Amino acid sequence: MRISTTKAVLKSGMARGLIEFRQAFSGADLIGQLFWPLATLAAIWFFRDREIGVDGLTLGTAMFPGVLGMFVAFGMFLVIQFLAADREDGTLLRAKATPGGVLSYLLAKLVNVSLTVLVYLLIVAVPGSRLVDGLEVSGPRPWFTLAWVVLVGLAACQLLGAVLGSLVSSPRAAGYIAMAVLALTAVSGIFYPLTAMPAWLQWVGQAFPIYWLGLGMRSGLLPDTAAAIEVGGSWRAGESVWVLAAWIVLGLVLAPFLLRRMARRESGSRVYARRDRALQRVT
Amino acid sequence: MSGDGAPVLEVADLRMRYGDKDVLNGIDLTVRPGEVLALLGPNGAGKTTTIEILEGFRKRSAGEVSVLGIDPAEGDEAWRARVGIVLQSWRDHRKWRVRQFLTNQGILYAPFSTPDVPRPWAVDDLLASVGLTDQADEQVRHLSGGQRRRLDVAVGLIGRPELLFLDEPTAGLDPQARRQFHDLLRGVSQDFGVTVLITTHDLAEADKVADRIAILVDGRVIAAGTAAELSRGITTHDRVRWVVGGRLFQQSTADSTAFVRALLQDDRGAVTQLEVHRASLEDTYLSLVGNAENPATAAADAA
Repeated sequence: MRISTTKAVLKSGMARGLIEFRQAFSGADLIGQLFWPLATLAAIWFFRDREIGVDGLTLGTAMFPGVLGMFVAFGMFLVIQFLAADREDGTLLRAKATPGGVLSYLLAKLVNVSLTVLVYLLIVAVPGSRLVDGLEVSGPRPWFTLAWVVLVGLAACQLLGAVLGSLVSSPRAAGYIAMAVLALTAVSGIFYPLTAMPAWLQWVGQAFPIYWLGLGMRSGLLPDTAAAIEVGGSWRAGESVWVLAAWIVLGLVLAPFLLRRMARRESGSRVYARRDRALQRVT
Repeated sequence: MSGDGAPVLEVADLRMRYGDKDVLNGIDLTVRPGEVLALLGPNGAGKTTTIEILEGFRKRSAGEVSVLGIDPAEGDEAWRARVGIVLQSWRDHRKWRVRQFLTNQGILYAPFSTPDVPRPWAVDDLLASVGLTDQADEQVRHLSGGQRRRLDVAVGLIGRPELLFLDEPTAGLDPQARRQFHDLLRGVSQDFGVTVLITTHDLAEADKVADRIAILVDGRVIAAGTAAELSRGITTHDRVRWVVGGRLFQQSTADSTAFVRALLQDDRGAVTQLEVHRASLEDTYLSLVGNAENPATAAADAA
């Protein structure tokens, strides 16, 4: 009984994730999906010749691996948005009314968000790697880097997204978090080296996963001389692992508790109340 | 078609208190297998709070509750699989296709299948029963209000529940869609052998779909029974009208039969156009709700 329950959750959650992924990349939604990757490619192209003080390295080249790290962190964004929207429109309550529904729902989000991030990475990486010069992408090293940053990054960021998403109560609050994450991205050394920022902003950036995901990508895709413009003049592989692992542990401790609390609180009257509030906003 | 056997749902002295406000003041309720029970009451009477406690979505302050033999506050996934809930839909799963959505929901019920009760229902059979065969491949957002509500019923039924909860399912439907929904609901309770608890503030709806009605006012069940029992159980006066010599007479009486017998006994053929109006269920309901909400006037009426 127990085993087949698990199987049913896996089956329905995987199917649900794939269906929602397909929905997100078809029709009018596709245009919205392409906006950020294409805007990012435009930024890389725009800065492809700007020198940044390391021999042969341009800003466009330094930016390219960083934005890949940023798109991995984008998974956090998506999770927060889904949790807010799905609570408001009753999707989560429906999951709660179904045996194993909440687990299936969460698995579907994991599948959908992970696939979405991978598609973003493809859209950016395939043309982007041809737009810039000076990447060091021969041999297995870049693939190894990509693999660990994507895996660790998806885990850390989706857990963090689940923690934040279960704390906020409305799409509007999710929007505020999104703005905060954008501001955080600006001080995470993605578009400009962190060493050019004031020291206290460097500390803020280094406290969160986005910086470390960008740094990890740079360590795998740029020549070692490029480490000169990083904090401490090094790729700091050891620190990267520790910081990201710490975020994963924090997420694993907090997320199950907060998600359970969020699901427990859902009821018809809460969904009706949110609907009435949303309709008031519209009219 | 009230069934016999152990109650599907039993509630004794259910109480709910938010802060210092009592929302439910000791509700007693019994629903038997195969029965359709309507929980009828004005807005704010506590219907939604009650049904959410029974669905296991809300903790109660006090009282005994048993749904399918289990306390909903302790209900596990196996219990959840035996209960269907028709939610007031809004805009969830808008991009899903009808059959796709039902199929995905159904997967989660398969582990709770037994030789006697195979779960889930076959999706296409279910679509046919709720009249959505032609919409099977349409996106949910393209359904009309009535079709969407029938899909919600199908979602509630997909796991082949023993008990189905519906909270104000016809709110926002136009009269025709509402009527179709009532017919569907009657069919569902018979064809699917499911016990139904429905909340509504519409007396005509309760009368139409329910075997028994429990009237909830101010967090209390003030009367319960079949529509006929409710009508009989309260001393609303019947109205008798007649004409003598071109003049219209009217009399309100508790015992219209005795009154008419006396009237005709010594009228010598003068009485014409005799009419007796039974107290309608609506009169009964309004008088019950009025008395409960306003005990002072009720006492004054009685005096």
